[in-house]
Amino acid sequence: MNAPIIGQPIQRKEDVRFLTGGGTFTDDVNVHGQTHAYFLRSPHAHARIRSIDRAQAATAPGVLAIFTGDDLAEAKVNGLPCGWLITDVNGQPMKEPPHPVLAQGKVRYVGDHVAVVIAETLNQAKEAAELIDVDYEILSAVVKAGDARKPGAPVVHDAAPDNTCFVWAIGDKEAVDRAFSGAHHVTTLEFINNRLIPNAIEPRAAVAQYAASEDAYTLHVTSQNPHVERLLMTAFVLGLPEHKVRVISPDVGGGFGSKIYLYAEETVITWASKQVKRPIKWTAERTESFLSDAHGRDHVTRAELALDKDGKFLALRVATTANMGAYLSTFASCIPTILYATLLAGQYTTPAIHCEVTAVFTNTAPVDAYRGAGRPEATYVVERLVDTAARETGIDRAEIRRRNFITTFPYQTPVALNYDTGNYEATLAEAMQIAGVAGFETRRKEAERRGMLRGLGYSAYIEACGIAPSNIAGALGARAGLFEAGEIRVHPTGSVTVFTGSHSHGQGHETTFAQVVAGRLGIPVENVDVVHGDTGRILFGMGTYGSRSIAVGGTAIMKALDKVIAKGKKIAAHLLDAQESEVEFVDGEFWITGTDRCKTFAEVALAAYVPHNYPLDKLEPGLNESAFYDPTNFTFPAGSHICEVEIDPATGVTRVVNFTAVDDFGKVINPMIVEGQVHGGLAQGIGQALLEACIYDPESGQLLTATLMDYALPRADDLPAFKVGMKETPCTHNPLGVKGCGEAGAIGAPAAVINAVVDALAHLGVRDVEMPATPERVWRAIQSAKTANKAA
Amino acid sequence: MHAFDYHRPATIKEAASLLRKTENSRVLAGGQSLIPTLKFRLSKPSALIDLAGIGELRGIKLDGATLTIGAMTTHSEVASSKDVAIGIPTLARLAAGVGDRQVRNAGTIGGALANNDPAADYPAAVLGIGASVHTNKRVIPADKFFTGTLETALRAGEIITAVAFPLPKRAAYVKFRNPASRFALVGVFVAEGAGAVRVAVTGAAPCVFRVKEMEKRLGEKFAAEAIAKITVPPGTLNSDIHASAEYRSHLITVLAQRAVAAALAGK
Repeated sequence: MNAPIIGQPIQRKEDVRFLTGGGTFTDDVNVHGQTHAYFLRSPHAHARIRSIDRAQAATAPGVLAIFTGDDLAEAKVNGLPCGWLITDVNGQPMKEPPHPVLAQGKVRYVGDHVAVVIAETLNQAKEAAELIDVDYEILSAVVKAGDARKPGAPVVHDAAPDNTCFVWAIGDKEAVDRAFSGAHHVTTLEFINNRLIPNAIEPRAAVAQYAASEDAYTLHVTSQNPHVERLLMTAFVLGLPEHKVRVISPDVGGGFGSKIYLYAEETVITWASKQVKRPIKWTAERTESFLSDAHGRDHVTRAELALDKDGKFLALRVATTANMGAYLSTFASCIPTILYATLLAGQYTTPAIHCEVTAVFTNTAPVDAYRGAGRPEATYVVERLVDTAARETGIDRAEIRRRNFITTFPYQTPVALNYDTGNYEATLAEAMQIAGVAGFETRRKEAERRGMLRGLGYSAYIEACGIAPSNIAGALGARAGLFEAGEIRVHPTGSVTVFTGSHSHGQGHETTFAQVVAGRLGIPVENVDVVHGDTGRILFGMGTYGSRSIAVGGTAIMKALDKVIAKGKKIAAHLLDAQESEVEFVDGEFWITGTDRCKTFAEVALAAYVPHNYPLDKLEPGLNESAFYDPTNFTFPAGSHICEVEIDPATGVTRVVNFTAVDDFGKVINPMIVEGQVHGGLAQGIGQALLEACIYDPESGQLLTATLMDYALPRADDLPAFKVGMKETPCTHNPLGVKGCGEAGAIGAPAAVINAVVDALAHLGVRDVEMPATPERVWRAIQSAKTANKAA
Repeated sequence: MHAFDYHRPATIKEAASLLRKTENSRVLAGGQSLIPTLKFRLSKPSALIDLAGIGELRGIKLDGATLTIGAMTTHSEVASSKDVAIGIPTLARLAAGVGDRQVRNAGTIGGALANNDPAADYPAAVLGIGASVHTNKRVIPADKFFTGTLETALRAGEIITAVAFPLPKRAAYVKFRNPASRFALVGVFVAEGAGAVRVAVTGAAPCVFRVKEMEKRLGEKFAAEAIAKITVPPGTLNSDIHASAEYRSHLITVLAQRAVAAALAGK
């Protein structure tokens, strides 16, 4: 019992449920009298709706109702809100065109919601939907970020005639310009950060019920943050009182950001469940997910790094155009700004940084946070520049990083953030050691003999996690608080149920949080269960995203535990006839300092609930404490990734043959779970670098990668056995010393992979390959380099 | 999916009769392409006639110089068959590389050939080896069987019963997988048979096709370098989000050489 629980690779408590088919996912929820919703979606990227004729469909077998945007407008249902206000460089608020839950007058992307059919069976709903006659006036579409502001581009929203949502900037432009004018060397790169489609294994789903007797709603939905979902839906869209809506987010099969947002589907069926007086279920099919889940990334960037003669970074200048899609999704506006440009210092002492971000509307699905959310894009900018600058200046790539690493903390970056702690040299050194960098040239030569091109790439990433101190977020435009809530309910026999506002959709919180509680209370981890994902049972919490659960949610739990222990000391002091100040809590027992007198945690819990011998005049019975925690700073996980690739020059096929990640997540609660998070993130990062491309037809705006037959997700055989290492520099401002680990892999990996690809091809004269570096792109890079070499 | 009737006949004759009598009916021969099109509501047959209950359509027979595979033999049966491993080992490997495990356990050689997906593997083997397709009506040589994208020489009411492969001296199939679907982005089947070499390409064009120029050179000298400079003009090849015609053309030459090397190495 006294063995340390925190830091142990305890098997996941939830896996018994998942591996034996005992999980309850939203689609597993079936309610008596349930009907089914099917959404008729726009087949066009951009069109005016002249009319919708639903007469024939309404009489089809099994149909209960068909609703369109006009019905929702008439019922005064509002549009979906955006939770983050960005102010334009001209001082005006960003353009926020209406985001109707069902299209009104116009459709703006393929998959946009035109009507909902509610029928007894899903098949009947689909049959009826085929009978709805929509008269579209097709308009030309714009899909690429780089095309949105071109003269004559189709206008997505009348409210933004130049398709510009905002132009935003951070940093000291004059200082940057000065530094560039005196620079010894300038490295410039232009690149696209490819648009990605999240693809959680469980598609989005919802089951909405309305109970007329209580005038109350229950919504089961695949959400990463059920309280935020409820707040946005009730207060901003449907105008319902919050206490009349219970949102339950049961087992959820992956989110990666795509399940943070309030979407049209669950909003419509919640509203409609009262209209049809029947429960309604909707589950996305895979292609619906491709079309309508919020996408990620999609930046076009020009970046310049100024260096002095010793390879010290003098300044960084970045201009990015970010694709917002057709509408502003819930947190869309903060991703390419607050979560992107503020990370451009990376791990380096670059004294002057300026970044300008132009956010544009296009006829594509909305774009929002996807694992890493802004930070992979920032890391890609910085780390591609650093590798390229090293090559151009002839400085070793590890050495140029060492020369520029931040080594004293706290460190104030020129782009708002204040790093509390880190040890970048140590993570790099360990990564180089594990990756066997010293033996790389030998491996490269051996590969050459086999006709293969081998390359090695570095990526030293940093991320800002925790999201966030609410006051800072508020000053930056957040329209919500960003604390977390936790509650510790100690039962009379000393076992514990933990209620957390964080949400687990694969992260293993039921184990990690149980370890935190068991470790602090000195009780077996089996005696702790974790409850999450239900607004009817849990304090108002902000949910899980931005690698925030352990740093913010875990700290809220720690604060509640402190209260439990403080009260326990009072109870123990009474039971032991001692002063409260004499009581120490050690390994699950309340001791009177310097004596052999003690009470176990269970004895104290029992006394709290059976208060026969209890200071009832001074102390309430019971042992149930809660806490809300708002952090004082972001946390700053950082690490070094080293990727080694082999390229077949005849076909361009690139294999990742080695991948090393040494991460500093501060204190690690469960190293096995953390390693799993790293693996998953790396898979997605390597997927972005080599495989995944969301492609819209530039003319028609059709999504050409709308199935897994066309959108290449990484599979096990696309990936090497990862080598993972950890360095622990504890976070200085939370009691667990934790930083968060969920996004790191996806943040660091893309730059490491592309740096390795370029390293393998650099001797031919290749200096960039666009992501994803598909076999054809790599082959073409080789061909054009060969052609250029011949010409020269 | 749309509603349909389901029939499970016990004989070829009964199946043919149902097919003839039921307007807009479709044969179900494993269903690994057909069922998804039904689920996507892209196909609306009135009835499915499932051949899974017809015992005479199953089985593998190695007989002298011919390997005969019943139309309803699954890919996994071909992959694990001793007779195939002895007669045409590369065919067993090809079958083991079709789709995923579930597809291989349900999908059939007859179904794959009748569907003639432009990126399917079996058409390359059938055309590359010069097999003949047996139906309930006649025998169709490979060169006449594959007529276009998802089109074959099969007539209405005609059912594939078996495929007969003459045993090649050596053969190999090299597939470059589409990273998303894992179908052949380009697949090249090379076979050296009785007095002739055949080269068949799948995945690259609207329909499987032979590369006669490569066959001629390989007939003169069965060696990879003999075809190093022979390219299929990109103009005849597919260009899509996964690969341009130029890249597919390049891959055909690379993969054909690798197939020759593999055939020589007995791999």
